[in-house]
Amino acid sequence: VFLQLVANGLVTGSVLAIGAVGVSLVYGILRLVNFAYGDVMTFGAFVGVLINVKLGLQMLPAAALAMVATAALSIALEGVLWRPLRARRAGFMSLFLVSIGLALVLRHVIFLVAGPQPRSYDVDPYKVYVLGEVRLSGSQGVAVVSAGVAIVLVALLLGATSLGRTMRAVADDRVLAAVAGIDTGRVVVLTWLVAGLLAGLAGVLAALVQSSFDPNFGFSLLLPIFAAVVLGGIGSAYGALLGGLVLGLATELSTWPELHGGVDPVYKPVVAFAVLIGCLLLRPQGLLGRARTL
Amino acid sequence: VSTIASGEFWAFVGVVAGIYTLLALGVQLEFGFAGLLNFGHVAFMAIGAYTMAILVVKSDWSLWLATPAAILVAAFAGVVVGLPTLRLRADYFAIATIAFSEIVRYVATNEDRLTGGSQGTINLAGAGQAASYNGQWERFQDRVQTALHLGSKDVTMLVLVWAVALACTAALYAAGRTPWGRVLRAIREDEDAVASLGKNAFAFKLQALALGSALAGLAGCFYAWQFSFFSPGDFAPLLTFFAWMIVILGGLGRFFAVPVGALVFGVLFAGTRFFDFAPFDWFDSAERAYLRLTLIGLLIIGLVLFRPQGIAGRREELVLE
Repeated sequence: VFLQLVANGLVTGSVLAIGAVGVSLVYGILRLVNFAYGDVMTFGAFVGVLINVKLGLQMLPAAALAMVATAALSIALEGVLWRPLRARRAGFMSLFLVSIGLALVLRHVIFLVAGPQPRSYDVDPYKVYVLGEVRLSGSQGVAVVSAGVAIVLVALLLGATSLGRTMRAVADDRVLAAVAGIDTGRVVVLTWLVAGLLAGLAGVLAALVQSSFDPNFGFSLLLPIFAAVVLGGIGSAYGALLGGLVLGLATELSTWPELHGGVDPVYKPVVAFAVLIGCLLLRPQGLLGRARTL
Repeated sequence: VSTIASGEFWAFVGVVAGIYTLLALGVQLEFGFAGLLNFGHVAFMAIGAYTMAILVVKSDWSLWLATPAAILVAAFAGVVVGLPTLRLRADYFAIATIAFSEIVRYVATNEDRLTGGSQGTINLAGAGQAASYNGQWERFQDRVQTALHLGSKDVTMLVLVWAVALACTAALYAAGRTPWGRVLRAIREDEDAVASLGKNAFAFKLQALALGSALAGLAGCFYAWQFSFFSPGDFAPLLTFFAWMIVILGGLGRFFAVPVGALVFGVLFAGTRFFDFAPFDWFDSAERAYLRLTLIGLLIIGLVLFRPQGIAGRREELVLE
């Protein structure tokens, strides 16, 4: 049972980690706590439904097109919403409230267009991978592998390319980066591109793992994703990755029977929220971060 | 006759706006005065409503004892939440409080023996018995209706809820003009400056949070009486955002802007349900609900962008930073 819970935790955790890296990048570069991120993920998942179920394409092109669509949406929103807000010197409070308004708009437009009925992708639900004691469904296996690939790619992007270096410079000190000749406008657009691709992937994978989802599902993932971001240290992409995995493992392992009978599985989200609050109170700099004034 | 012309419907809209006024007064006090970004406000409404219902049904308390107890429990919950979290930065505080409100909703959904679970308060006395907490309230409402010669139950509720809502608004208006209210506003503007004058900013913020939570608890009781049944699903984070929307719509930093915002919001929200002309007649009623929430989202964005002082706020008093 323990190994199975660890495997489930890694599946949940890797999906949360992808979302958390996206949220963390946007926060690091733009100082924006994006409440609309969950609903952007929902948008990606439903673009996937459109392509996979309505048009009958395979899951792989469906996921790729969903990622492109969420990236396009994110960049379009930068153009019509976030850039004008920054031009007005809107503070974080305004940005926060606007992201809530945007979350409501996205979610209910998806409700309007796609309807409230639960959806699922056209995949073989009986495909199972068996590794020793652990059984993973096909969707779970795909989720872990593609999450791993995506995270390695993001790490390479941030660590080994000049674009990644400029992104980290802007995150560190925007004004200084601009003075040093970095085109911050371009970095912002590229950040939205990466965060959008990650949102699309996280949306499709979360939808695959849940097997059935409605337009509310992205918002319900938002708080666990925030928890992963906070756990890893806000603004740190590697931390977000670690935070996602730790949170996934913590929520799944909390139900382990050997642990005083374990937590009732219905309380798994509560475990995530409790981790979130506890981490904010006890270690606001995150697991890896060094203490500093926040 | 279409529903939109009936007095009954508008009385209902007025009652809901009155309940929202009480809820949003808490947000106005916490954010418009003390600068606290409480995104879990609805949790204290849930705590108030459930405490009242549980004390009446399970402990056989009189409604007139259970209601003040419920308001006190909500205020106490505000203190318990505030003690550790108030020292967090504003955005962390917001995330911590919304997580708290989701924990409250999950616990209310799953602790069937305490709250009746996802089926709601009808199960409070256990499965198979229909529990009711508002017999005493209904009798009180009947007496008021006879005494004041009012036309219907809805109108009576309208009078009662607005009497309480306006009394609270006036009391907060008066409190806002005292030295206490001035310290709160000073905290909103510059906490360090307040601290350097020897004021305990933390204590003032905690008081604002406790009082705001008490108002949410009172709103929860009225919500419970109006609908005579409720379930955990009624206390989703959306309701917190409605309260925020009302405060921003009315105008930040002014208590009398809250009832104005609540009325405009109530008319927008309920009124659009019965718009039966194009483009609204292209959609069925479920779709119109989504359309309404889309419009509310757009309205929040539009207000922040174009009129951050709301309908009745003063720009020089407070603009969203």
